[in-house]
Amino acid sequence: MPTGILAAEASTSTSRSLTITLFLIFVAITLGITVWASRQTKTATDFYAGGRQFSGFQNGMAIGGDYMSAASFLGIAGLIALYGYDGFLYSIGFLVAWLVALLLVAEFLRNSGRYTMADVLAFRMRQRPVRTAASASTIVVSIFYLIAQMVGAGALVSLLLGIKGDTTFLGMDADTAKVATIILVGALMIIYVTVGGMKGTTYVQIVKAFMLMGGAAIMVIMVLAHYKFNLSALLGDAAEQSGKGSAFLEPGLRYGVETAGDAAKTFYSKMDLLSLGLALVLGTAGLPHILTRFYTVPTSRIARKSVLWAIGIIGTFYLFTLALGFGAAALVGGENITAQDKAGNTAAPQLAQQLGIDYLGGDTGGSIMLAVIAAVAFATILAVVAGLTLASSSSLAHDFYASVIKRGTASERDEVRVARISALLIGAVAIALSIFAQSLNVAFLVALAFAVAASANLPAILYSLFWRRFNTAGALWSIYGGLGSAVILVFFSPVVSGSATAMFPESDWHWFPLSNPGIISIPLGFFFGWLGTVISKETDPEKYAELEVRSLTGHGAH
Amino acid sequence: MPASPERYLEVQNSEEFAQLRHKLRSFIFPTTVAFIVWYALYVLLSAYARDFMAIKVIGNINVALIFGLLQFVSTFVIAWYYARFAAREVDPLADNIYDELENGTPKAEAAATTDGGTD
Repeated sequence: MPTGILAAEASTSTSRSLTITLFLIFVAITLGITVWASRQTKTATDFYAGGRQFSGFQNGMAIGGDYMSAASFLGIAGLIALYGYDGFLYSIGFLVAWLVALLLVAEFLRNSGRYTMADVLAFRMRQRPVRTAASASTIVVSIFYLIAQMVGAGALVSLLLGIKGDTTFLGMDADTAKVATIILVGALMIIYVTVGGMKGTTYVQIVKAFMLMGGAAIMVIMVLAHYKFNLSALLGDAAEQSGKGSAFLEPGLRYGVETAGDAAKTFYSKMDLLSLGLALVLGTAGLPHILTRFYTVPTSRIARKSVLWAIGIIGTFYLFTLALGFGAAALVGGENITAQDKAGNTAAPQLAQQLGIDYLGGDTGGSIMLAVIAAVAFATILAVVAGLTLASSSSLAHDFYASVIKRGTASERDEVRVARISALLIGAVAIALSIFAQSLNVAFLVALAFAVAASANLPAILYSLFWRRFNTAGALWSIYGGLGSAVILVFFSPVVSGSATAMFPESDWHWFPLSNPGIISIPLGFFFGWLGTVISKETDPEKYAELEVRSLTGHGAH
Repeated sequence: MPASPERYLEVQNSEEFAQLRHKLRSFIFPTTVAFIVWYALYVLLSAYARDFMAIKVIGNINVALIFGLLQFVSTFVIAWYYARFAAREVDPLADNIYDELENGTPKAEAAATTDGGTD
C-alpha cells in the first residue's frame, strides 16, 4: 500500500509541475501579446473595439473563445458524465441560441452601435436613464458569468494539487488553495484587460480557441479510438458503467425528473427543464461580452461572417462534448468524479488523465495529459474572464461614467482610464462572490447568467431594433423588470438556500420552486417592456427612422 | 457621416426601403419562429415524451440522441442558408440605399430614380 501512495504522490507532483509550466507558458505568450497590443492601443476605439480591424475568421474564433467557457468544457462534460443525456441539452441550447444572434441581432447591432450594448438601447431614448439601466444589467450578467468561471478554476486547481477532502498542499487546505487560485486568475484577467484592452483580449481569445479545440479534439479521438470509432459501443459502455442502464442515454435523470406519487415535484422538475431550455436559447443574444465582439470588425457583413465561423467552431465543440462526457462516464466513472468534485466539474481533466494512462503509458502519461488539458482549461477560463471583465468595465466607463456622470464631456483618455479602473473593481467583486459558489456546477451557474441576460437585455434589444413605438419608459421597464424578476427569483430559489447543494445550505428562505427563473422572468421582461411603452406617450419617429435605416443599410456606421 | 433626420425619414418611407425591410423581415421572422418551435418541440419531447425519446434506433443510439443531433444539423443549415439569402437578396438592396444616402442618387439607376416618400 505505501508504494501505491508514493507512486500516486509522485505522479501528482509531476503533473503539478508540468501543468504549472504549461500554464506559465500560456500566460507568458498571452501577456506578450497583451503588451504588444497595448502599444497599438491609442484611441478609445482601439481599447473598446480592437480598432475594428479584425477579420471575420479572426473574430469568429474570438467569439468561440469568448463563448466556450469553463461551463462548456468542464460543466457540460461533468453533467453528461454524471447524469448522462441531460447534460447534452446544454450543448444544444447553447448552439441553437446562435441563430437568434445571427438572424436578429449581430448585423443590426454592428451597424447602429459603437462600443457597448447600450449604444443601441439608448439610440432613440433619453440617454442617461437608459444607459444607467443597461450598465447595471451588463454588470449583473457579467458577474453571474464570472462567478461560474472562477468556480471552475477553483475545482480545477484542487484536482491538480491532488487535494481531496482534508488533505493539504503547501500548508493550504483545499479551500485556501481554491481561494488562492481564484485570486490569481482574477489578477491575471485584470492585467489582460487593463493593459491590452479589446485588441489584447481578442488575441487571447483566438489563441485559447485553438488550444481548446486542439485539446478537445485529441481527447475525442482517443475516446473514440478506444471504442474503435463505434459511437454505440461508447454509449453502451457509459450506460453500463453508470449503473443506470439505458436510462443514462435518455432525458430525465437530472431534469424533468419523474417522482412517483409526487405530482407537484414532477411538475416543477419538468418546468425547470423548460425554463432552462428557454434561458439557454434566448440568453446568448443578450450577453454583453458577446455583443461587444460584433464591434471589433469593420462592417456588418463581416460581423455576419464572424457569426458563421463562430457557429462552425462552437457547433463542432459541442459535438465533442458528447464524446467527452460519455467518455468520462465510461472510462473514469461517476463515483471517481464525484469523489473529486461533487458537481462533476473535473470530469474532463480526469478523463484526460485516464486517457494519458491508457495511451501514453502509466502514471507519467496520465500526468502529461492531465497537465495539458488542465492548462487548456485554465486558458479557457482566463480568456472568458478577460472578455467578461472587458465588457462590463467598458459599459461602466462608456455608458455610466462618460454619458451619465460626465454627460458626454469626458475625453477619450479619461474614458479609457476609467474603464481600466472599473476592470479592477469588477474583478475584485467577482473574486469575492465566487468564494461562496464553490458547490455549484459551472454549466448550471452559467445557465443562470443566460436567464438574466435573456430577461433583462434581449427584450430591450429586440424592441429597440424592430418596434417603432418603443420608448425610454419601455426600455427602463423591460431592463429593470427583467433583471429584477430574474435576480429576485434566483435569490429565493433552491440554488441560494434550502437545499443540500445551495450556496447557503444551512439556511432556508426559498419559496420559488425552480432553479432556473427563465420561464417566468423572460416573459416578464417582454411584458414589462410592452407595458412601459404603452403607458408612456413618448415617441421619436425621426430617431427611429435613423436607427432603422442605419441598422439595415450600415449608413453612418462607426 | 450620418445624414439629416429628414433624410432618414424620407428614406424610411421610400418604396425601396420598404422593399428591403419586407425582404429581410419576411425571412428572419418566420425562420426564427420555425427554429424556436423546432427547438421547443425537442425540449418538450425531452420533458414529456420519454418513451418516444427512449426508442432505440441503431444499437444504443436512441431517438433522443438523433433528435439532438438534428438540432445541430438544422442550425448549420439555417445559418448557411441565411448567409446565402442575405448576400443574394438583401445586400444589393441595402447597398443601393446606402449609395443613395451617400451620393444623393443610387449608382445603378440614377436616371430612373423615383424619389420615395410621395405616397
